[in-house]
Amino acid sequence: MTTQMFGAPVKRREDPRLVTGHGRYLDDLGHDALEAAFLRSPHAHARIVDIDVADAIDVEGVAGIYLHEDLTGAMAEPLPLLIPHPTLTHGRTTHALAKDEVNHVGEAIVMVVATNRYVAEDACQRIRVTYEHLPVVVGIEAARDGEHLVHEDVPGNVAAHMTQQVGDVDAALSSAPHTLTLDLDIERSASMPMEGKGVYARWDDERGELRMYSSTQTSTGVRAAVAARLGLPLAKVECIAPDVGGGFGVKIMHPWPEEVLVAWAARLLGQPVKWTEDRREHFVSSAHERGQLQQVTVGFDDDGRLLGLDVRLWHDNGAYTPYGIIVPIITSTQLLGPYKPGAYRVEFWSLYTNTVIVTPYRGAGRPQGVFAMERAMDAIADRLGLDRAEVRARNFILPEEMPYDHGLLFQDGRPLKYDSGDFPASLDKLKKLVGWDDFAAYRAAAEAEGRTVGLGIGCYVEGTGVGPYEGGHIQVETSGRVNVSTGLTSQGQGHETVFAQIVAQELGVRLEDVHVTTGDTRRMPYAVGTFASRAAVMSGNAIALAARNVRAKALRIAADALEVAVDDLEIADGTISVKGAPGTAMSLGTVSVLSNPLRYAFDEAAKAATQFAGTFDPDKPPVADDEEPGLEGKDFYSPTQATFANGMHAAIVETDPVTAEIRILRYCVVHDCGPMINPMIVEGQVHGGVAQGVGGALYERMDYDSSGQLLNASFMDFLMPYASEVPHVETDHLETPSPLNPLGIKGAGEAGCIPVSAVIASAIEDAEGFPISRMPISPNDLWELRRRHRAGELPSLNRSTHPAHEEPTP
Amino acid sequence: MPDPTEQGTSEDLHEVTVVVNGVARTATVPARRLLSDFLRHDLRLTGTHVGCEHGVCGACTVLVDGEPARSCLMFAVTAQGHAITTVEGLGTEESMSAVQQAFTECHGLQCGFCTPGFLTTVTAFLDENPSPTPDEARDAVFGNLCRCTGYQNIVKSVLRAAELREEQQVPYAAEPAQRHTASSVVAEGGSA
Repeated sequence: MTTQMFGAPVKRREDPRLVTGHGRYLDDLGHDALEAAFLRSPHAHARIVDIDVADAIDVEGVAGIYLHEDLTGAMAEPLPLLIPHPTLTHGRTTHALAKDEVNHVGEAIVMVVATNRYVAEDACQRIRVTYEHLPVVVGIEAARDGEHLVHEDVPGNVAAHMTQQVGDVDAALSSAPHTLTLDLDIERSASMPMEGKGVYARWDDERGELRMYSSTQTSTGVRAAVAARLGLPLAKVECIAPDVGGGFGVKIMHPWPEEVLVAWAARLLGQPVKWTEDRREHFVSSAHERGQLQQVTVGFDDDGRLLGLDVRLWHDNGAYTPYGIIVPIITSTQLLGPYKPGAYRVEFWSLYTNTVIVTPYRGAGRPQGVFAMERAMDAIADRLGLDRAEVRARNFILPEEMPYDHGLLFQDGRPLKYDSGDFPASLDKLKKLVGWDDFAAYRAAAEAEGRTVGLGIGCYVEGTGVGPYEGGHIQVETSGRVNVSTGLTSQGQGHETVFAQIVAQELGVRLEDVHVTTGDTRRMPYAVGTFASRAAVMSGNAIALAARNVRAKALRIAADALEVAVDDLEIADGTISVKGAPGTAMSLGTVSVLSNPLRYAFDEAAKAATQFAGTFDPDKPPVADDEEPGLEGKDFYSPTQATFANGMHAAIVETDPVTAEIRILRYCVVHDCGPMINPMIVEGQVHGGVAQGVGGALYERMDYDSSGQLLNASFMDFLMPYASEVPHVETDHLETPSPLNPLGIKGAGEAGCIPVSAVIASAIEDAEGFPISRMPISPNDLWELRRRHRAGELPSLNRSTHPAHEEPTP
Repeated sequence: MPDPTEQGTSEDLHEVTVVVNGVARTATVPARRLLSDFLRHDLRLTGTHVGCEHGVCGACTVLVDGEPARSCLMFAVTAQGHAITTVEGLGTEESMSAVQQAFTECHGLQCGFCTPGFLTTVTAFLDENPSPTPDEARDAVFGNLCRCTGYQNIVKSVLRAAELREEQQVPYAAEPAQRHTASSVVAEGGSA
């Protein structure tokens, strides 16, 4: 047996390249390419009256200036609505370049292609657009109010209205001993990868072929979309995701206008063309997420057990709905977390506003759902005077109730059915980790020093590894080198490492002999993409299945060559040997030679496979009827449903009695994604997720004014956390296997960020003694809440033993 | 973006020579060419990354005469005659610097896009403060943004790098000018 690779915290294969400056990100390619820049709308809602490019065409170095009118055929059509849904009755998408109207600041109107980006931007500055202003809809209240419309033909700004229900909620609520209603508000944030989007396309005129590179989470998706827009056969388009500098969801959206336009321009001009998004463009023309208003009504018994849950959500989908209504569907289903809700009804409205589109950002609607549910749990505990962890425990789905079917449809159109999880064990671990039962003493000691501290908790369940499928292809070269490819892409998750670990384990080869390629349609044309914490589950299992196929084939060939039974063989460190007779062995490289009968000897290894070398049975064909040449194998993994990971977080915060500053003193995570392929990488994913969650809880918001201008569209003003803002994260793990897939694994990518806003709200509420219903929360916000609390506008918590804060002296 | 050019006329060009990673490199560029673009596109040293173009994220940090500087906030012409160290100059895959090695050991990077800025920043920091406390290690990197790691393993990497440097006896370099400049500058024939 080869050294245990699955589960080992091995160092990442990608790192030597990345720490020495030899990564290849999008803008590191194509130094000879022309560069594109875009003139984007400075207005949130306007009709385009005229575009005057006369002053721009003479700028030296300009190769082309393109408006909507220059696009023909499919290029001139609205971009695709990627994920249709029956309740998305008023789906709308934009054009590659704006046609007649713009619906948010940042919408692309004109593309300029020039010798370099400086010149292209010079030309953009010389283009004059005349606009007729239209009323602007910003914010969920304004959208819901419906006085002004984003799209004239969408009444009430409602893109979609959807209801799911299990049981008789009205009856459950009316008969419940206790009911509570919470009105909640979550603001927008965004994925904000350090590398923005980018596209680079080369047109081969002689072959009539397009090669493109995109900083994307789905190269197969981009390839198919661009081929369709450009009217090219799929076989004439290839798309490669190079090193990608973070994604977090925004790069699963496709095709972006720039992806089709840059490819189109490369073909039109017969020259390579590149576009690299700058930071301001990323803020105003990529995608945001999170913004929701929520109303939660919950009925419960004297023990705090849920009897009925009635949730209404108003979701801000921005100006268009190219990615459908995945985010609010996820919110409305994953809101349930680890709990049995009793009767449940969820109704949402997805609303248009004149702002940047909303597509999934890490967590994808779950942070909002968890916020709603966990705020309700805290409110129930407070109403009944019960311990907050105890109320949660009383509502848990228990391990013996797995698999647990909620009776709802999940984001993939399949049942919301939890496969496994041990929530009581997770909660026990969390309480021990954070010192839940000792917190009262800790608080008393802090209060004696004049400090205000609070303890918060939040639990979640995350559907990961959604279908439809991914594939894996493995080929062993005659040198023993193992080439592995899968079609989904990588943005820092360490796929080159974890997939190599799986192959090393399954095939019995050395890790250093395994070389993984992701996101290259030349190597694996069938793939979906990297989102929904699905890469390890989907591609990991596909690759494991492919490795098992290759292993079986290698054993068949070796058994034949060594004249032993397959069952007598074992593979370790890339060598097949007879059990108990290690001298009788051959390397996988030799098996690879034997697997591919040759006519021509081009090197020493090949010589052994030629027709006059060695012995053979003249009655058998060189390649058996049911075999293919080459030591390689391919397989696909396609699950019937998602696998559900879970976790629980707790935090201790301190709030400054005078300045209302909020400090996270401790942050504890218990995480269960099943068996971990590489615990070091899982920990890293958790740390990064928590950091993004902290950003969403305390700092990040999209500051739109009423005219639709994004006032903080820079890293100077959008407060992404630095090392000074992110707490040290303490972690513990459960590894509850999934019964659904061969490796028993669950996804881990998004988990860290999901409950953080809920946890921090819970902790601040506990510290301050009044309810927190709106996130993120800044010191200013907390200051204002204290003022309202003192003024009697905000009730105290029942459990509050703290005096209201004294009016600070200036 | 700097002022646009006069319509239809080309820009004045300047020959700029900068000592990059110990090698004198020359290119002819417009006055408005950013140092980051000069390094990346004229010299094709693409290890230096650009994350925000306004000096906030730190991804483009290089060492100018041994001190960290945002290459997106400097013009190439301003660097004339100065010595610059980029991530490519810190070490190679076969022979990594202590800081590079520490980041690979401690999982101090995920997507790797911000990493070159952290590596240069931490290298200069450890030159000045070879044995930092955990708090000092965290303070050392709070001018750089990372969206992937949550910084925890970056802080760990800084501390590990300090250990490795001690083992490797990397000399303390109080003067920025003593740092990361090759002992003899190799003149490069022609422009890049």
